[in-house]
Amino acid sequence: MPVEVRLPTLLRPATGGRAKVSADGATVGEVLRSVISEHPALGAQVMTEDGELHHFLNVYVNDEDVRYLERLDTRVASNDVVSILPAVAGGAT
Amino acid sequence: MLVQDVLGLIGNTPMVDVSALSPNPGVRIVVKLEGVNPGGSVKDRVARYLVEDAEDRGVLTPGATLLEPSSGNTGIGLALVSRVKGYHLKVVLPENVSPERRQLIEVWGAEIISSPGAEGSNGAVRLARQLAVSHPEWVFLYQYGNPANPRAHYETTGPEIWRDLPEVTHFVAGLGTSGTLLGVGRFLKEQNPDIEVWTVEPPAGEAVDGLRTLDDGFIPPIFTNLGGEKLLDRKTVIGPKDSVKWTRRLADVGIFAGLSTGAAMAGAARCATQIPTGVIVVLSPDGGWKYLSADVWVGDLDAVVRRARQSVYF
Repeated sequence: MPVEVRLPTLLRPATGGRAKVSADGATVGEVLRSVISEHPALGAQVMTEDGELHHFLNVYVNDEDVRYLERLDTRVASNDVVSILPAVAGGAT
Repeated sequence: MLVQDVLGLIGNTPMVDVSALSPNPGVRIVVKLEGVNPGGSVKDRVARYLVEDAEDRGVLTPGATLLEPSSGNTGIGLALVSRVKGYHLKVVLPENVSPERRQLIEVWGAEIISSPGAEGSNGAVRLARQLAVSHPEWVFLYQYGNPANPRAHYETTGPEIWRDLPEVTHFVAGLGTSGTLLGVGRFLKEQNPDIEVWTVEPPAGEAVDGLRTLDDGFIPPIFTNLGGEKLLDRKTVIGPKDSVKWTRRLADVGIFAGLSTGAAMAGAARCATQIPTGVIVVLSPDGGWKYLSADVWVGDLDAVVRRARQSVYF
């Protein structure tokens, strides 16, 4: 089941400049590992050595932050969109 | 009601039942209207706590100069509090905030230092931190890292909600500095651990493109230090189109609120469709006044959304 994975500008050098890639997997972790195996330069940027998400990266499935779902075990289905974004300050502050 | 000075008008805000807008008849939605604070937003509470905490710690001398990054509301609240208490204030503000925000900050005599618009709140925080280093004589309040920010909500906003609506099952608010969520969320969960805290955030947009490496990313230190990740139950991105739509729906029931309220309502509506029954409290950070120049309520939806995308609105 391919899902679309969207990448932020600063990760695009690792995908030859592509903003969207397609990857297979039943969970967010499987999808990310599949993207990393296609584009190994992403590996160290997206995941820590313990296989966790980089502290300053948020991963969303259809706009829901996976840290508050099942993290890397969050299920994905075809037509879901997985977005990877760096954490930045925002808000009505 | 009679108070001794305008700071006595901060807090004790009303809540309004807007269940007519709930997509699920089993779920009540109630909005807490922070726009009625004297500076017009929830940030009046934070501004007062930040300044009074600095006074209590003895770091503020009479006539001192305060420094703070803000996308508007904290700057406005601090300008009000600083004027009443006799301090100077410098606000680092992204250059693309709505003109009403600049005007309000200037009403109370504060000075604006502009940060690059494309960098959003992130750029304002970065510039303020640089200025704090080069001007150690200024008092840097730093709402993103100052526990007085969530404490304002732990001691005031949270108890008000519990007093007025102990049936609450869910609390929904924007992320921002995370002060509201940390303070209200912790207080409510201490009263009833089953209460869930859901948050909405705007799409990161251009601010993300300004980062050169991931290590330039930013998570508010209070969020990390006070266990934000454990406290939150859900976090959802709400785009400008949904924010504008829900801001307009609120006007249908007579509520004139800002775009971040629309975003929080969109989050509450999403929550309502995912739970069988419940009572959701939505925090409305401000009224609609500062958004009039963006024509949020009238005109073509797509044109409004395009304008909203180009400014920092929540």
